[in-house]
Amino acid sequence: MSKVSSPDLDAKIPQGSMAEKWDNHKFASKLVNPANKRKFEIIVVGTGLAGASAGATLAELGYKVKAYCFQDSPRRAHSIAAQGGINAAKNYKNDGDSVKRLFYDTVKGGDFRSREANVHRLAQESNNVIDQCVAQGVPFAREYGGLLDNRSFGGAQVSRTFYARGQTGQQLLLGAYQALAHQVALGNVEMFPRTEMLDIVTKDNRAVGIVTRDLVTGDIQSHSAHAVVLATGGYANAFYLSTNAMGSNVTATWRAHKKGAYMANPCYTQIHPTCIPASDDFQSKLTLMSESLRNDGRIWVPISKDETRAAADIPEDERDYYLERKYPAFGNLVPRDIASRNAKTVVDEGRGVGPLKNGVYLDFSDAINRLGQSVIEERYGNLFEMYERITGENPYEVPMRIYPALHYTMGGTWVDYNLMSTVDGLFVLGEANFSDHGANRLGASALMQGLADGYFVLPNTIGNYLAPLLGEKIVPTDAPEFVEAENAIHDQIDKLISIGGTRSPDDFHRELGKILWDNCGMERSKESLEKALEEIPKLRDEFYKDLRILGSDDEFNQTLEKAGRVADFLEFGELMVRDALHREESCGGHFRVESQTPEGEALRDDENFAYVAAWEYTGDLTKPKLHKEYLEFEEVHLAQRSYK
Amino acid sequence: MHVTLNVWRQSSNKVDGHFETYEVADINEDMSFLELFDVLNERLLDKEQDPVAFDSDCREGICGMCSMMINGQAHGPETGTATCQLHMRKFNDGDVITVEPFRATSFPIIKDLAVDRSAFDRIVESGGFVDAPTGTAGDANLTLIPKAVADKAMDAAQCIGCGACVAACPNGAANLFTSAKLMHMNLLPQGQPQRFDRAINMVETMDAYFGSCTNHGECQAACPKEISIDFIALMNKDYAKAQLKNRATASQK
Repeated sequence: MSKVSSPDLDAKIPQGSMAEKWDNHKFASKLVNPANKRKFEIIVVGTGLAGASAGATLAELGYKVKAYCFQDSPRRAHSIAAQGGINAAKNYKNDGDSVKRLFYDTVKGGDFRSREANVHRLAQESNNVIDQCVAQGVPFAREYGGLLDNRSFGGAQVSRTFYARGQTGQQLLLGAYQALAHQVALGNVEMFPRTEMLDIVTKDNRAVGIVTRDLVTGDIQSHSAHAVVLATGGYANAFYLSTNAMGSNVTATWRAHKKGAYMANPCYTQIHPTCIPASDDFQSKLTLMSESLRNDGRIWVPISKDETRAAADIPEDERDYYLERKYPAFGNLVPRDIASRNAKTVVDEGRGVGPLKNGVYLDFSDAINRLGQSVIEERYGNLFEMYERITGENPYEVPMRIYPALHYTMGGTWVDYNLMSTVDGLFVLGEANFSDHGANRLGASALMQGLADGYFVLPNTIGNYLAPLLGEKIVPTDAPEFVEAENAIHDQIDKLISIGGTRSPDDFHRELGKILWDNCGMERSKESLEKALEEIPKLRDEFYKDLRILGSDDEFNQTLEKAGRVADFLEFGELMVRDALHREESCGGHFRVESQTPEGEALRDDENFAYVAAWEYTGDLTKPKLHKEYLEFEEVHLAQRSYK
Repeated sequence: MHVTLNVWRQSSNKVDGHFETYEVADINEDMSFLELFDVLNERLLDKEQDPVAFDSDCREGICGMCSMMINGQAHGPETGTATCQLHMRKFNDGDVITVEPFRATSFPIIKDLAVDRSAFDRIVESGGFVDAPTGTAGDANLTLIPKAVADKAMDAAQCIGCGACVAACPNGAANLFTSAKLMHMNLLPQGQPQRFDRAINMVETMDAYFGSCTNHGECQAACPKEISIDFIALMNKDYAKAQLKNRATASQK
């Protein structure tokens, strides 16, 4: 059923068997001689796992690196908040794991919407990532004998997850940050903290630099290089409320999109079922709690939507343990998307719990009675403490309240096997690209991908792009391309400041988030998506009429920063909805109500949608151009996901 | 709830600052302290007054970006908690709350409550790493690390680099931050080859930017990760040993 992909989307998948592709590719790639590497300058935007590891590694190789982050230090990128762990195919537990199995699980988990060759490479490099991190001094959990400990995570059948307490992302990021700091000290990396990238500069469809704003002084500056690397994370904050950090944004990849980088599968978003529900309209973000809680907690809501009693006073026969009722085999352990959608259903029915009736109970009383409080404390003590800190309720005494929230985005900039976008010399790594997780990401795989891309993939693929450029000077920052880009940025900022309306950027962001969550969230229908397509452009018009920013552009102005990011979410959000509308199938995190099995499971349509949807910016937000990269599955056979 | 905020306002480090008083009514006790400031800022913007600048990012206590002195305490009254995880239910209706930036000469003010903590990056750059270029590592399980060692290293490594220790210290010393990073490395086998040079470089860089430790212990009390000052003692020991240790015999027990 091989169909022809768009000629613009040459994935450059190497020849050979799946296991040989990466080696073949490295061998076939052109190399830059060690002495010549210092003649190349590379810009890295973002210093999370992917950006910091790439920046450090490229500098170690000898390239001259300039790295940028909007935070006050590269150590604060949002990778730091990842709790659970990082997967690798080490098979240290002797439980049947292998590169092949990790590859297979990831393709299947992605609901057959990822590119096999990229995923296989990820599984291969996963082991090197762990070795590298340990060598750097990442204090992973250990067994008493001194060996590394592993656990099973997210329903995996093998124990392949390495972890450092509930702070794995923090420890991995600090490892990468420290390697980057070392290179800064050696003069191989020039670091620009509190600096936001506002545009990509291209010349003859080649990335030649970026334009940034110094967030402290407001200076707009141009930076030139032989190649540009974006490692700027995902776009979950389009929804306003998500588990992402306040500053996480889509600006870098969106502005790159407007300069020619196709955006792939933006409708693939992942919702995590066990987050703490919002407590009021001014809630600024949602906090995720490990889904391991579902191992011992029972999820329920009252049968009656008029219920007013406290949880403990509601008798058993007036409770609806809806997951156990509907899915007797898996019960409370159904996959993330099923658990999330069912929570939405009962809350939409008016049976939600809590003051805002916006959550469901996760009740540990049976487990406490059965196992004793000390066992529960040992298993989940830190999570219970975190919950109590945030809500003021003691989950040993009253059931937790949970609700799903956005927390990861699988879509992103389209890249080929080299991680290069449709703009030559523009590479995109980590969550910012689309390549490895298909329509759904497995637990503990985000950290693996960010570090594999940064430590091992990009450093081995960028040389092939750079080698032919030997001897070419970087484009001077006073060249017309840079001047034009700087002028456009000044114009955009002036435009935002001069609106002089009445509403804050946050106010618009909240409204956009609500439109997206209600219409393009856990469930999407033709009707809801068309509704969103009416509302988003109206909100965008309103934004440009009624936005209020005080102060000027030549100072530390957080309202201005926020406004620029919201402006981009308002444009990007529309593309996300258009992508969701066009994909008339359900797959992974994308659930179209029109495409489900009689049991309410996601129903893929492989005949018509087994492709990557890569969108080209045409200058008209209502008419992005669709390009298709058809996916071929040589190793993992297409099958409908089942949890029965 | 209704609270009165005395907030430090300073438009840049080139001008003098002052306190401004704001009455903030109708707030929800489930709000975090930073959400209180979000609300204040929305209301200021409504009145065409300049919002209060403050740093925050993850808002779940791990990125270390938030930095407020609340009633004279770094990150406020609750122990083991960063400002972003402090909730209004810890205060009473009618409270007067004074909010300042993290106070230390080494953390110059950028604007209002936002400060420049880049001196911390200089300390890490001077030696807070294991020199292990990508691609050189042996199998991760080749080196056995006793669980107690890994756990202790993790106790140190969990520092979020927020700077509360410096803000809380009467001397503006950064010994808790520096010792946490140093001992994370120096306790682990991977950190041994560079152990003594690391101690010298990090301590001396710290001394170039920050005040001196006189064992007040305020840092430990303010630390949102409750990192122990025991690490300062271990750092001092390594620093002292480093003066005498012959690097060429460092592999001998």
